[in-house]
Amino acid sequence: MSSHLPSPQSPTNVPPSALPPSANLLQSLDYSVLQQCMHCGMCLPTCPTYVETGRERHSPRGRISLMRAIADGELDVTRDFGEEMYYCLGCLACTTACPAGVDYANLFETARAEVERRGVLDSTRRKGIRWFALRLVFTRPRLLRLIGRLIWLWQESGLQRFARWTRLTRLLPGRLADLEPQTPRIQRHFSDALIAPVERPADLPVRARVAVLTGCVQDLAFSDINRATVDVLLANGCEVITPRAQPCCGSLHAHNGDTEAARALARRQIDLIDPSTVDAILSNAGGCGSHLRHYDHLLRDDPHYAARAAEWSRKLRDIHEYLVEIRFRHPAAPRGAAGAPVPLTYHESCHLCHGQKVSRQPREILRALPGMEFRECGEATWCCGSAGIYNITQPETAGWLQERKAGQVRATGAKVVATANPGCHLQLENGLKAAAADGETPAVVVHPIVLLARAYRAEREE
Amino acid sequence: MPTSLHPLPSPHPLPPDFLRDLRAAFDEDSILTSREDLIPYGFDGTAALKQVPGVVVFPQDTNSVATVIRLARQYHVPVVSRGSGTGLSGGSVPVPGCVVLCLGDMNRILELDSKNLTLLAEPGVVTQRIFDAADAVGLFYPPDPGSMKISTIGGNVAENAGGLRGLKYGVTRNYVMGLEVVLADGSVVWLGNKCVKDVAGYNLRDLFIGSEGTLGVITKVLLRLVPKPAARQTLLATYASMDAAAETVSAIIAERIIPCTLEFLDQRTLRCVEAFAKVGLPTEAEALLLIETDGHPAAVADEADRIERICAQHQAIAVRRAASAEEAVRLATARRSAFSALARLRPTTILEDATVPRSELAKMIRFINETARKHQVEVATFGHFGDGNLHPTFLTDERNPEEMHRVEAAMKEIFDYALSLGGTLTGEHGVGLAKKAYLPQQLGDATFTLLKAIKHTLDPEGLLNPGKILDVPKHAHL
Repeated sequence: MSSHLPSPQSPTNVPPSALPPSANLLQSLDYSVLQQCMHCGMCLPTCPTYVETGRERHSPRGRISLMRAIADGELDVTRDFGEEMYYCLGCLACTTACPAGVDYANLFETARAEVERRGVLDSTRRKGIRWFALRLVFTRPRLLRLIGRLIWLWQESGLQRFARWTRLTRLLPGRLADLEPQTPRIQRHFSDALIAPVERPADLPVRARVAVLTGCVQDLAFSDINRATVDVLLANGCEVITPRAQPCCGSLHAHNGDTEAARALARRQIDLIDPSTVDAILSNAGGCGSHLRHYDHLLRDDPHYAARAAEWSRKLRDIHEYLVEIRFRHPAAPRGAAGAPVPLTYHESCHLCHGQKVSRQPREILRALPGMEFRECGEATWCCGSAGIYNITQPETAGWLQERKAGQVRATGAKVVATANPGCHLQLENGLKAAAADGETPAVVVHPIVLLARAYRAEREE
Repeated sequence: MPTSLHPLPSPHPLPPDFLRDLRAAFDEDSILTSREDLIPYGFDGTAALKQVPGVVVFPQDTNSVATVIRLARQYHVPVVSRGSGTGLSGGSVPVPGCVVLCLGDMNRILELDSKNLTLLAEPGVVTQRIFDAADAVGLFYPPDPGSMKISTIGGNVAENAGGLRGLKYGVTRNYVMGLEVVLADGSVVWLGNKCVKDVAGYNLRDLFIGSEGTLGVITKVLLRLVPKPAARQTLLATYASMDAAAETVSAIIAERIIPCTLEFLDQRTLRCVEAFAKVGLPTEAEALLLIETDGHPAAVADEADRIERICAQHQAIAVRRAASAEEAVRLATARRSAFSALARLRPTTILEDATVPRSELAKMIRFINETARKHQVEVATFGHFGDGNLHPTFLTDERNPEEMHRVEAAMKEIFDYALSLGGTLTGEHGVGLAKKAYLPQQLGDATFTLLKAIKHTLDPEGLLNPGKILDVPKHAHL
């Protein structure tokens, strides 16, 4: 185990010596970051929690005013403040709407880190869960995969079906019983079994050398997406490097106020993939990519890693973005097989469209698919309610957003919904299943890259 | 470490009995009292003004508005009404120890009368929804303030908001046919009706339009709609000098063309807007005109041709037409972000609203630039050129008192000059707190006394949005 990982016991993210007792992390921000918000209100109609409640405190500019009040010493870091910071989805829709260019992602992560540092939300149960998830499981890739393997056994052996059938799952305590049906389906093979450490295109000259990030949850529940990513890159003449047993990228930690663990994980990623050896580093999950792009900011004060982190961020691309950048080959329509085109729509992962501003490229890929008819979805850039672990911490708001999203998807009449983030994928699947009328087959949720890989395959199978 | 320049004063304590009676009249979700809930209601869209209110109440109907007003009067608590809080003159910034009456929950469109072409709405309806509701049945609600996706119709009426289409279609006032208002004593009055003509008694309705919540609380708005223009065409003209752009505007008006929109952006504004909106604006140009003509297709085609010719005759570097309706909407939307986009440059963005007769436009622009140079302050200018309504925007830092001093000096000179040209302090943002000090100078003694007399008559105890537009003596005696 890596020595520079924070100890699982460490309750805070910042060494106590780093800040005087009266100071707070929000004060450590350059004040102009806070002041950048001129409270014009352009963010209001794009913020799901403001639209739901109509109360300023639940809006981006309202939250920033609270952060500013804390930085100014006019408000203490209270439990109420802490709860507000966790009521925010972190969907970053406000950052797309903001003409002034407020760095809300930075503000929000700093505020959550301060909430954790002060421990205003602490309870034994919450501390236990955070320790287990953030410090134990999601910092240890092999442990995470072992747990994944156990869940797979549970699902495959029929035990899960038995437990559901006998309603034994109802014996789980409170929220766990509600969440059990949402457990992702774990794949038989994880990425390392499906992808070789280095793969080269069989019949094409190599135009670029790229590294693929397999993710953690993505690796357990959607290793097929990782395989498709490699296939698509090979089909476009890329040599693909896929390091083994990759750790979590740390986005979960950064979004949940554990900056220290996020930094440690970022350093491990950089140790695993030396950015100077590849042309691009590719992520296929919106949430991870949004965080991975900002390693430069995260490690800017680390003398050993700052330079490499800067190169990392320069080379990091979302897979759709990269494919469009290298002018991916449009798949040819298989001859003869023309039936009615399958209606297809697209739900944008928040951290792909708002976090990374990648919105046009996935559509370009979807429009290039033969045999499919692309239809725009209303409110495509609205959060589906998954938002990392938001559907676990704020089930009510998450449920409201999930229903709203399912309604919009159904209104398109699409049989297939493409989306590029594991959290959205699961949230949409569950939401569409719940919204389907009796006898109605819900739309199939699939990653755009899987569709592209299928289209390339169909060409060869002709 | 940041130092606080504008500490949020502690909320002035409210009479405990007032709170008790409010709680008895409203459910828990409709009253906010915790500090975390109140701080976000301490400001609107105006720079450098904040004040935490004592309590925020969300009435659901006219009766509950009247209840708040009566209780406030009984306990002598000031009332500040508010919609989405996007105002630009501090009109809805709380006063110490006040109750904020937030009308955002009263957000129903009550009636769309397509026989009389009217729409009846509660004050909390967002302006964009009114536009959309009219648009859906082939009608048109023209006033389009920059904040129309957020601002409420009640706030638009209270501030008499303008927008990009003022040149041809006028401002909010021109579309208000009737108002329901709760007066300072809690009584409810209806002013106006669906009649196109009505001369029964004084035009009291107009008194409340633009009164900034100082005379009563608007609880219903009856709006006039017009037929949707069949065609529209947007043009972009770029210039190497601001003067050439200003002269083009005068020439267009002189040729008896009234476009729907005639907007101007200087280079600084242009670059900020493009950095945000990425709509392909020519960032090398010194000045840009965004022009839109609408109406009958033949008239639109003819006007667009003539405008293009006039632009070329006045040293436009290039004139481009929007290729599609979508592009036209994208350009107008980008323009609406100008004020907020300018906040990219400096920590504090102070937006002004000086307006002059259109013939004086070129003079005014020149003066603004000279004044900015003289006081060494950064100013970006954009605005509704066709209306003579300019938005010189000061880019500064409220934490630097010396710089702020220079900004204030420059601002004062700009106001003085605008008034000397027969202009006004504010074309569309209202007086609020931000321009209160300059108002007596613009109005003159007799008019200002009349203004005070009206305020005193309608709000004798000075509890409705006190200190906005004008100062009211504590126990108001004229």
